[in-house]
Amino acid sequence: MSTAIELRGVEKTFGITSVIRNVNLTVAQGERHALIGPNGAGKSTLFNLISGYMKPSVGSILLRDQVISGLPPFQINRRGLSRSFQVTNVFAKMSVWENLRCAVLWATGHRYAFWKNVDNLPEVRDRTAQILQDINLVSRRDVPAGLLTYAEQRALEIGITIAGGADVILLDEPTAGMSHAETERAVALIRRLTEGRTLLIVEHDMSVVFGLADRISVLVYGQIIASGAPEEIRGNPKVKEAYLGEEVA
Amino acid sequence: MSDALAKIPATIAPPRPAASDRLKFYGIWIGAALALLVLPKLFSSGGSLTTFSLIGISIIFSLSYNILLGQTGMLSFGHAVYYGLGGFLAIHAINIIARNKFAIPLPLVPLVGGAAGLVFAMLLGWVSTRRSGTAFAMISLGVAELVASSALILRTFFGGEAGVSANRTKVLRLFDWSFGPQIQIYYLVAAWTLIAVIAMYALTRTPLGRMCNAVRDNPERVQFVGYDPHIIRYIAFCFSGLFAGIAGALAAINFEIANSAYLGAVQSGTVLFATYIGGVGFFIGPIVGAIFVTLLSLGLSDLTQVWQLYFGLIFIAVVMFAPGGITGLLMMHRPLLKGGTLSRVLPSYLVAFVPTLAMITGLMLAIETTVHFTVNPGEDSHIKAFGIPFDAANPAIWAVAAVLLIGGFIIARKTWARVAGSWDDALTAAREKGVAA
Repeated sequence: MSTAIELRGVEKTFGITSVIRNVNLTVAQGERHALIGPNGAGKSTLFNLISGYMKPSVGSILLRDQVISGLPPFQINRRGLSRSFQVTNVFAKMSVWENLRCAVLWATGHRYAFWKNVDNLPEVRDRTAQILQDINLVSRRDVPAGLLTYAEQRALEIGITIAGGADVILLDEPTAGMSHAETERAVALIRRLTEGRTLLIVEHDMSVVFGLADRISVLVYGQIIASGAPEEIRGNPKVKEAYLGEEVA
Repeated sequence: MSDALAKIPATIAPPRPAASDRLKFYGIWIGAALALLVLPKLFSSGGSLTTFSLIGISIIFSLSYNILLGQTGMLSFGHAVYYGLGGFLAIHAINIIARNKFAIPLPLVPLVGGAAGLVFAMLLGWVSTRRSGTAFAMISLGVAELVASSALILRTFFGGEAGVSANRTKVLRLFDWSFGPQIQIYYLVAAWTLIAVIAMYALTRTPLGRMCNAVRDNPERVQFVGYDPHIIRYIAFCFSGLFAGIAGALAAINFEIANSAYLGAVQSGTVLFATYIGGVGFFIGPIVGAIFVTLLSLGLSDLTQVWQLYFGLIFIAVVMFAPGGITGLLMMHRPLLKGGTLSRVLPSYLVAFVPTLAMITGLMLAIETTVHFTVNPGEDSHIKAFGIPFDAANPAIWAVAAVLLIGGFIIARKTWARVAGSWDDALTAAREKGVAA
């Protein structure tokens, strides 16, 4: 299997503080890979590095064997990597429909076009409708995103992330703050929408992680201390000690 | 499979406009064109034709400003730069055309202004549009000061204090129109206004226009759906410069002169003012604002010598109490109108209107009295403001002003609280009738 994402000796320092220390990580094409670790371990920073939001201090990041570290986020996105945010990050004053449509426009090749009527683009329309249905927000189509409920905003967040058709998806705590029932629905949604794509997910809820992931990496104090199949991680003494503790044991 | 895919959007996507909606949509534009055509028949005096021309120019300029402020979220303090440069280039173009007898009629000269606005926006915008927010605002201010001060230094191009003048009737005649009479200028401005308004409306309906809104709402997220917010802001800035240049050229044609005031801070402030008062959240907002501010500035300046002070007070009031502008205030009433509960708030408006008016009257009395004693202390105290004569030296007048101002304020506060209460009731009732707010 070929590699989707590869991190080679990645480090990130803010001043004298090292947040990410010599991280080597490989995510295979089509794999659902979970990144877990205690609060402050650097999971979100790692996402920010991969998605181009921050540049690594040392090391390189590859997307399908091409170096992407140092590129701005929009160029990484155009190469087929899309991420969601831990804190909902949508276009608050625009409707759900418009939110999704914005996420579809670049991928359908309309770019900065100022000579086309946006309502007369059949492929944009179809694709937006498809995503809208996929995230179960059809009934909320014309509501401004800022007025959605929390769970709906999280669903929209995922919708925007996948709408462009990227085949490498990074989800940052997609179920954070959700009730049990909402989490179940969200996991089903994620499972369905990432079918056949590569997924890297940060998640705190262990039932979600072990239910969804093919492989798990554990990040503690900016270092990957273990990486492997869920069963290996569950049995790994270092992980037990550093992170899972009594929770899983 | 493809059948199923084709069927899904039909029910999920927003419905395509029905034939009646399309008719209504095009009807609005055709109606606007007809209104512009017959307007001079209803108000045929030279003064009103000049007013209409100024309004048209202001509409184009304000809408061009709103491409930045309302649609892309960029606060510019120097938009007059592109308006002014458009005006200067248009004046020079008229002079060059007249001197060389080029076969270019006057109605095409605004294109020169538009091109000037576009080119200078392309040159000056690249750096400033890297950032929105404070950085953009500060750079726009700096560029505006730079251009405005060079207007006084580069005399050969800008003509120094006096500016550059031209004779618009010396250009190639089109169908025997000399463009000397104001009525012909009115039609020239009206035609360009319609073209520019349609073009700027169309721009909002394009992929670029939608992404401008996305950049306004959340520039960070835009980067993660494949777009460079800098490029979006830059293109929006260029369009904004283009239309500002057209407006400036029309102003230059109207006055047959371009001077440094075109580029200055006052002009930049006025367009911000008109756009904001009209309402930045709606396409029609700047149009409303341009009409309102043009009429107000023409009207107020006859009524009182401190009209700019009143302008400032109105602006502060809008920013504080109606951030959506005039259009925002009107649009607030739409759900009530649809729900048929508007009649419930109207009485409370009337009740609130009386003390508010008293308060404003008191304020105006106080202002005019103060102005008399500070600006013209030696003159006769029997002054006339807003067409009403009164004695500024009379203590009774001072007392009346104080009572109206303070009493009006106290009562107005209570009545406005009641307006808010009845407003909530009316909105709830409208919602119960199934009207989405």
